[in-house]
Amino acid sequence: MKLVRWIFGTIVLLAIIILVIVLPFKSMFFAQDAGHIGFVGRVVYILILSSVLILFRVLKGPTAADRIVAIDIFGILIVGLCAVLSIATGRSWYIDIGIAWGLQSFIGTLALAKYLEGRSFDD
Amino acid sequence: MIDIIGMVFIGTGLAFDVLGCLGLVRLPDVYNRLQAATKCVTLGTCSILFGTFLMAGGFTPTGFKALIAIVFLVLASPVAAHAISRGAHRAGIKLWDKSIVDSYAEDKEGEA
Amino acid sequence: MKSRIMMFVFAFAVWCILCWVPDTQHLIAGAAVALIVAAIMGSMFVTRPHMLFNPIRVFYFLFWYIPIFIWELLKANFDVAYRVIHPSMPINPGIVRLKTELKSDTGLTFLANSITLTPGTLTVDINKEDGILYIHWINVVGSDPDTTFREIGSRFEPMLKKIFEEDVVK
Repeated sequence: MKLVRWIFGTIVLLAIIILVIVLPFKSMFFAQDAGHIGFVGRVVYILILSSVLILFRVLKGPTAADRIVAIDIFGILIVGLCAVLSIATGRSWYIDIGIAWGLQSFIGTLALAKYLEGRSFDD
Repeated sequence: MIDIIGMVFIGTGLAFDVLGCLGLVRLPDVYNRLQAATKCVTLGTCSILFGTFLMAGGFTPTGFKALIAIVFLVLASPVAAHAISRGAHRAGIKLWDKSIVDSYAEDKEGEA
Repeated sequence: MKSRIMMFVFAFAVWCILCWVPDTQHLIAGAAVALIVAAIMGSMFVTRPHMLFNPIRVFYFLFWYIPIFIWELLKANFDVAYRVIHPSMPINPGIVRLKTELKSDTGLTFLANSITLTPGTLTVDINKEDGILYIHWINVVGSDPDTTFREIGSRFEPMLKKIFEEDVVK
């Protein structure tokens, strides 16, 4: 049973990734005439796939700690997304958004961990 | 040429990101998930940022900011993982059934 | 006071890098912000300033600690990726103790961070009085002190002891 599930999951995941890499579809997010756009569009789709995996854990997670872990990881992923977008558009302030998002996510994670521990915020 | 090296770095980082998220889905309890996700996603995102540094042409504004983001991530993400795991253990979340040993719980009971 | 001045320089440098290429307006605004930051937070930045200007320690940190750290980080990632992909997930988790002889805050922080980012280990808690780290280990080999030190601590602890302590006077 476990092996069947493993094979099924592998096939689905590989199929999605190969579809994204091979097929020359039009990107939803960018016009087609700039330099790195085709590559960056594919990267953005694979990052969205990872985000879907994370959101599955946020929905299902049996305890609160699972959800906090998932949200922390999501924040780190967004930093990478912002970096990739800044190559695509050639504007350096996209990485500023990424750094600010990372800082906020880090502070939020620390606060949630403290809450999980059962202490109040001025402790 | 340097664009191709940057693309290779970004591709490697993406592979590690997807594997880390897969670990988040597959592994059995909070601590194992935290291990897989923290390690893989931190290195994956650092690799993506380094690829950004290369593709943006070295020490341009984007490149400098990418380097700062790498240093920040490497310093911050282990601290966040440490805080979550400690909070989860104090909140009383048990380890996986097939875990072998839990010295932390033994020592905490000895204190209390 | 030394710590405040170093905090000012550090904050100003980060500001300059974040708005590259700096011009006059950026520099004035950055100086103001760095002054405020140094006035509020400066006293907790560096507690032992003489450590940072010791060239041997800086040299060891840059050319001995960082390459080994990056190598271990790569190994850790391939290890975790293998365990995640494998159909039956060969994991064997548990929490073990690791005795350490480091005393300073910086040394303990770097040890905990290095342990978190190296193969199969994650620091759960630090007991500073007794010098014990509690470590979640994804593939437990043995829980007695010698085994844990050989498998986990021996990679980083001697190095960090040389870099951050050695002649620490408390």
